[in-house]
Amino acid sequence: MTSPYPFASIFGILIVALSLSAALIWVERRLLALWQDRYGPNRAGPFGLLQVLADMIKIFAKEDWIPPFADKAVFVIAPAIIMVTVLLSFAVLPIAPGIIVADLNIGLLFFLGMSSLGVYSIVLAGWSSGNKYSLLGGLRAAAQMMSYEVFMGMSLMGVVLLAGSFNLTTIVEAQSKLWFVIPQFLGFILFLIAGVAEARRLPFDLPEAEAELVAGFHSEYSGMKFGMFFVGEYLGITLISAMIAVLFFGGWMGPWLPPIVWFFIKVFAFLCFFILLRASLPRLRFDQLMSLGWKVMFPLALANLVVTGAIVTVFK
Amino acid sequence: MTDVPVNAEATTAAKIADGLEKRLGAGEIKVQSTADGIPTFWLPRGSAHRALAYLKEDVDHPYRMLYDLTAIDERMRTHPEGPPASDFTLVYHLLSFERNQYLRIKVPLSVDQPEADTATDLWPAANWYEREVWDMFGLRFRGHPHLERLLMPKTWVGHPLRKDHPARATEMGPFHLPDEKEAAEQEAMRFRPEDWGMHRGGDGEDFVFLNVGPQHPGTHGVLRVVLQLDGEEIMDAVPDIGFHHRGAEKMGERQSWHTYIPYTDRIDYLGGVMNNMAYLMAVEELAGIVVPPRAQVIRVMLCELFRIISHLVWYGTFAQDLGQLSPVFYTFNDRERAFGIIEGICGARMHPNWFRIGGVAQDLPKGWDVPIRDFIKYLPPRLAEYDTQVMRNRIFKSRTQGVGAFTTEEAIEWGVTGPGLRACGFEWDFRKKQPYSGYENFEFDIPVGSHGDCYDRGAVRVEEMRQSLRIIQQCVDNMPEGTYKSLQPLACPPLKDRTMHDIETLITHFLGVGWGPVIPPGESLRAIEATKGNNGYYLVSDGSTTSYRTRIRTPSFAHMQMLPRLVRGHMIPDLLAVLGAMDFVLADVDR
Repeated sequence: MTSPYPFASIFGILIVALSLSAALIWVERRLLALWQDRYGPNRAGPFGLLQVLADMIKIFAKEDWIPPFADKAVFVIAPAIIMVTVLLSFAVLPIAPGIIVADLNIGLLFFLGMSSLGVYSIVLAGWSSGNKYSLLGGLRAAAQMMSYEVFMGMSLMGVVLLAGSFNLTTIVEAQSKLWFVIPQFLGFILFLIAGVAEARRLPFDLPEAEAELVAGFHSEYSGMKFGMFFVGEYLGITLISAMIAVLFFGGWMGPWLPPIVWFFIKVFAFLCFFILLRASLPRLRFDQLMSLGWKVMFPLALANLVVTGAIVTVFK
Repeated sequence: MTDVPVNAEATTAAKIADGLEKRLGAGEIKVQSTADGIPTFWLPRGSAHRALAYLKEDVDHPYRMLYDLTAIDERMRTHPEGPPASDFTLVYHLLSFERNQYLRIKVPLSVDQPEADTATDLWPAANWYEREVWDMFGLRFRGHPHLERLLMPKTWVGHPLRKDHPARATEMGPFHLPDEKEAAEQEAMRFRPEDWGMHRGGDGEDFVFLNVGPQHPGTHGVLRVVLQLDGEEIMDAVPDIGFHHRGAEKMGERQSWHTYIPYTDRIDYLGGVMNNMAYLMAVEELAGIVVPPRAQVIRVMLCELFRIISHLVWYGTFAQDLGQLSPVFYTFNDRERAFGIIEGICGARMHPNWFRIGGVAQDLPKGWDVPIRDFIKYLPPRLAEYDTQVMRNRIFKSRTQGVGAFTTEEAIEWGVTGPGLRACGFEWDFRKKQPYSGYENFEFDIPVGSHGDCYDRGAVRVEEMRQSLRIIQQCVDNMPEGTYKSLQPLACPPLKDRTMHDIETLITHFLGVGWGPVIPPGESLRAIEATKGNNGYYLVSDGSTTSYRTRIRTPSFAHMQMLPRLVRGHMIPDLLAVLGAMDFVLADVDR
């Protein structure tokens, strides 16, 4: 079921994804402010909505500075990688029936692959900056990826078993009777945690860790190159929220309202959850994160896979 | 704990003198009597080290803590106090917890031989104190492992606290920075691990040196910590302090006794009027002023309010250091409310400069108790909320429990006081043990921890806020009537309504306000339980309108010195936990 209007879908999704993640910056700042007893941006435009626009103009107008001690080529490529990989993942995302760029039969694997590639952006940025804080941030990102990618993929295998496919549209359609969050609750929790780590958000924002590493991997970045990391991060959160909706909460499915509205409602709910996490939790330490990943999450994901597999085999 | 009653100071002094005589030989010791009643002994340079070792290890109820070590440039004295001739006097203040008593050892040095034996082998805490003395007075310590400047830049010429060193930039001639001087300054800043007592590696591995600060979001100000890293593990850490040094002690020798009060506000700049307290107690001791009861209770009330204010800043920033973004906004909000009260009473917020010699600046305004009562009702539910959010948070616990732990013995060796000491399980609060300003009349508990780690240090502070609220409640309920400032002539500025009766009171007022009061010669150390630990002022008066020597013993200095010991073997994020739990203020470290 590929989209009848491929170009409209590509540009539509591209524009929506980019503007959504830009708007998300505003949403996050306002929500954080609400939860932290302060106002947040409220001067530029109604409710401060134009703040993002103002920031964009500022960030575009800034000097494009590359530190003399940086590895120039890699330094420039790194922020592009995160944008490209996250945006490519949006291609396989079924937003509503017919609204999808590429309905791949290995859509889920494609998403996992892209998110693995995305971490190169962080590692390369940290390494090429020629700054010790950046380097530590990059190293942390690599270690974090190692610990989290594995059980992230593993936690989704239950869903694949139940749906019998790696195709995301098929996965959504398989949830027409029962959302996978119920039979795959453990898988959902594991994926949620891995997703937070994947998006490098609190409590797993170790590559950035502003209190410890100044700004971690992007300490040396400014102007639009920093802007790409920034938007890339928000695109990443949007992507993870969308994936949660698609894999566990029936994607576009829901009564009364049009499918696309349901999809956005679900995505927005998870976005808010991500922001709430940031407002409430402290940061884990590097080694604690690793041991959580390998000693707790990984065995749980494995157990989830085995049990689901056994049940599926018995009942088919 | 207190085996020796405090009022038996004279007899204990005699006993210690006997013990020292036996140890060192007859005629070595001279006893001096001081305004504050602390047993004071003059010892010759050669036997000081043996005496210190005896007092720390062998005497009954030993003096385990090196409370402070400083010096006095005696060359300009008009009222020299001691029999031994001295150009520079080293002053050791020791503290015995078992006796609940301070002890003062003075060592005279001549300007030709400005050298003494190091005490770093007895106390690790002596390290920075001796470096400070070298930096400020140019006195050397034989056997010190690393006698470098501590607060001043490496390229500084002269020793600022010597009397012949200018106190103001305007006395020093215009500043020039020719190219060769700039190059020399730059060269002096070049980082060589060996200069810091660190090594670059070996056995095929190289260490990473990470420079944290002086501009860094986690250091709460201009602190620099140089880390020697193996991966993310901290092999060694060396704090570089002095960026916030403003010569507060030197200014004490320039300002009048009265006009120095605002400078004290800015030592522990989160503690507000609490800083005035120790300074004024020492001045009042020298002047023989008795503070009226109402002024005492007002002082206690405001000090406790500032303890809460300071702890709220700590609470929020500690959580923020561990990555928790929200609590800092909540606690600063609460702090704002407390500042509203302070502003209503004192007219200013962070640095009210509101205590005066002999009392406070004004009487309490009408209706002062209403906002305070509101605040006492308002804060406990908020604290309960922060408990759920921060102290009971499992990630927070896992980040702080077992991190940066030390024992009571170590704490005493390093000169740790305040919540850090109590977190080890040692119930020691100077408000209870050596009550001042009427603290003995208040009911409150001393919260203690048991593990001495970052978490317990935090838990102690959180509970202290509740205890402070109790004290404030008692102040509001039992505020005595009467005058807010002593009627004694040296109280400054004198009450206005007592000035216009006759020529005598008018002259006293005129001189007191114009020149400032003349405080009788003598010396006094008074210390309080400040927000961060024991804050003491050691004042030497030479019988003039300014202090001859103002020594500020701050808790943060001692605590910061312990940092390397606390973070070795931990990881970078733990450094932030330790710094956060230490609750230091850079102005309190550097003065």
